[in-house]
Amino acid sequence: MSLTRVAQSLPLEFRLNGRHVALEVKPHETLLEVLRERVGLTGTKLSCDMQVCGACTVLLDGLPVSSCTSLAFEARGKEVLTIEGLSDGRKLHPLQEAFIRCGGFQCGFCTAGMIMAAKALLDEQPNPTVEEIKHFMKGNICRCTGYQMIIESIQEASRLLGQPGKEA
Amino acid sequence: MLSPFFLEEPTTVAEASSLLARHGESAKILAGGTELLLVLKERLATFERLVHIKGIPGLAGISLENGKSELRIGALCTHRALEKDPLIRSRFPLIAEAERQIANVRVRASGTLGGNLCFAEPHADPGTFLLALGARLVLQSARGSRTLGVSDFFVDYFETVLEPDEIMTEIRVPPLSESAGWSYHRYALLERPSVAVCVLLEPDPGGRHIRSGAISLGCVAPTPVRATEAEKKLVGMALSEVGRHALEIGREAAKAGEPLDDLYGSADYKRELVAVFVKRGLVQAAARMEGAKR
Ligand SMILES: Cc1cc2nc3c(=O)[nH]c(=O)nc-3n(C[C@@H](O)[C@@H](O)[C@H](O)COP(=O)(O)OP(=O)(O)OC[C@H]3O[C@@H](n4cnc5c(N)ncnc54)[C@H](O)[C@@H]3O)c2cc1C
Ligand code: FES
Ligand code: FES
Repeated sequence: MSLTRVAQSLPLEFRLNGRHVALEVKPHETLLEVLRERVGLTGTKLSCDMQVCGACTVLLDGLPVSSCTSLAFEARGKEVLTIEGLSDGRKLHPLQEAFIRCGGFQCGFCTAGMIMAAKALLDEQPNPTVEEIKHFMKGNICRCTGYQMIIESIQEASRLLGQPGKEA
Repeated sequence: MLSPFFLEEPTTVAEASSLLARHGESAKILAGGTELLLVLKERLATFERLVHIKGIPGLAGISLENGKSELRIGALCTHRALEKDPLIRSRFPLIAEAERQIANVRVRASGTLGGNLCFAEPHADPGTFLLALGARLVLQSARGSRTLGVSDFFVDYFETVLEPDEIMTEIRVPPLSESAGWSYHRYALLERPSVAVCVLLEPDPGGRHIRSGAISLGCVAPTPVRATEAEKKLVGMALSEVGRHALEIGREAAKAGEPLDDLYGSADYKRELVAVFVKRGLVQAAARMEGAKR
């Protein structure tokens, strides 16, 4: 029996940006494909497709993962946060605010991934040092900015988030 | 795009092993997928069936056993779990320190220790420090279980003694004494390390001399290797003498590797890195021992 002819479908229920999602996926479908092509959230980008660049970073139960190389079925019962889930639709998240203010992006292709990785960092370490920022963000590649302004954006976001009453 | 496969989700090791035995070459274990999914994407291999083992309970724990001294790491522990675990950070800081340097945050969040060892990519970290630590690897199948040292597990580039129906279930690390000196140095030009060196020194009872030393080298041979000739030179050496001999021992250690010219650097360059990392590692490990005495 050739298994490639057997259409195995897996029920997948998870929380996406705070909302319950239920669909059927094939075992080989990636989380990125489901997000972009099935759910229509195209903020998450595909670039290297091999866990190197970080453009596809989303948070799975709070941890940054490469959605390009994560199987969708593994999100079962979990919480997925993408760039679309950061802002409430009216006010930007402090990280988004900070990236704009500090010029943390140019073409913007890496930005969704940068911001999601930075979110994971600040959730874990609200006041990171420059060294800690560099270490954590090492796997997110930007071909435009030269990184300095990204580091400044994250420091700025850390300040914004630290101000009581300013949390998004 | 990944080509289609059939997913199996066993809930016991025996069930997973039987599935692997039944389906032979057409089936493969899937853990964190950080290596396997890339292999599939690159069409380097295809499998009709992936046996996902993350649903098997009990394979992701970290605990102290055998009189609370031996560290037991479940094969499904991620690099991140090892980096952050309080027990490992306090009792086996070498592991936490080395794990922190692996890959990037995303690969550390998904990639498992078992997957790393079973894939046997020569440009990797854990095999190197586990070899110096004298770790033992537990392989289980529906037929039974066996426990092997690191050097008996790795065979060649991307090759181990793992039988098709065997699953690595845990990694056991003997106690690391508080008076031991250790270091882990690696250099990564690309994503993975070009060269990795682990040094572990045990003091004699007086604490001023080295009773034994382990130097393991990663990425400079098909498998991680011990620099045994260099290690011999350490026996009985006064800690105060280590700095003076460190480079010479580094040069000796470099002879234990058989590096290749490849994308990660030339063979000569890697040999030089080994010598320098062993030198730095010995000095750092000896300094830690001096620190531990106080
Ligand atoms: C961008 C990038 C950077 C990386 N950098 C580093 C680095 O710096 N250092 C480093 O050491 N590694 C590095 N890696 C390798 C990284 O993939 C591994 O460290 C990872 O831990 C593999 O584990 P996994 O669970 O993802 O394995 P999988 O991909 O799930 O499996 C790998 C192989 O092992 C088999 N397998 C898995 N688990 C078991 C088990 N319990 N029993 C038997 N067989 C099993 C699978 O069948 C498969 O053949 C890097 C990888 C990437 C993609
Ligand atoms: S697209 Fe996923 S890491 Fe580059
Ligand atoms: S802004 Fe263009 S890649 Fe980062």
